[in-house]
Amino acid sequence: MLLGTMATVNPVADQVPAAADRLDAESAEWLGALASGGRRQEEALSRLHEMLLRIAQRECHRRGPRLRITGPELDDLAYQAAADALVAVTRKLGQFRGESRFTTWAYKFVIFEVSDKIGRHFWRNPGVPLDAEDWERLPDRFGFEPAREAEGRDLLAALRRAVDTELSPRQRQVFVAIVVNAVPLDALVIELGSNRGAIYKTLFDARRKLRATLAANGYMDQDTAGHS
Amino acid sequence: MNGYSELDRFLQTDPRDVGCAQAMEMLHVYVELVTAGEPAEQRYPGVAAHLQACGPCGEDFDGLLAALRDEAP
Repeated sequence: MLLGTMATVNPVADQVPAAADRLDAESAEWLGALASGGRRQEEALSRLHEMLLRIAQRECHRRGPRLRITGPELDDLAYQAAADALVAVTRKLGQFRGESRFTTWAYKFVIFEVSDKIGRHFWRNPGVPLDAEDWERLPDRFGFEPAREAEGRDLLAALRRAVDTELSPRQRQVFVAIVVNAVPLDALVIELGSNRGAIYKTLFDARRKLRATLAANGYMDQDTAGHS
Repeated sequence: MNGYSELDRFLQTDPRDVGCAQAMEMLHVYVELVTAGEPAEQRYPGVAAHLQACGPCGEDFDGLLAALRDEAP
């Protein structure tokens, strides 16, 4: 399995310091308060929710213009993300190892929740059915200029042949949804009941196969990324 | 960037890419290195490769980075 190979090449987990004894004072205060019970804990939870909501609102507004989500809908999304992030943070408190400030670690969860909510929101008005195949828009997706249409046409025809002949059914499904139909990856995750890592891996393998096929047929150079 | 180079870039796969799970596991650490001006890419090349290739994880990185910068005193 390729990602397994990658992880062996670059074992990130092995680089994480066992840092529970290196907590900064503010992070230690957060952990103490959140685990304390009673009024101190309630106040800490309230303050944390306030911070997560602020981050969620900013993040929703940062992404909103590209997503055609505005107004109350965007605010609702931020509130949902903050509430779910608070649950995630409190549930995973024992997993915080102090490799960063506590607040940075907590903010990560609200950013993830915003991504999840936006992925779900896509299917309210997807604009394209999952089983459609809008190959005519592929030149636009990659920015092929109309003036160089003939050049692009041959390459994209070769790409389409490779998609049909070289990819597994699952790889083809993921490639068509994300690349041809422009379904956001996080939205596809929801629709297929999968997770981001699995869909990314499927697309990663598809990209690798397609490039090898195009290179073998003289349409592209061999892949050189990461070999410099 | 023309269509050929965009497709070429999209089809490139980096063997150092650690995938979404490991990148997300390390995201808070990686972002703090970036905000501190530390060489995050050199320390975690597999995470850097992933964030460059994976749109959603790259978006989460941008969001977390923006959050930290907005919250900075």
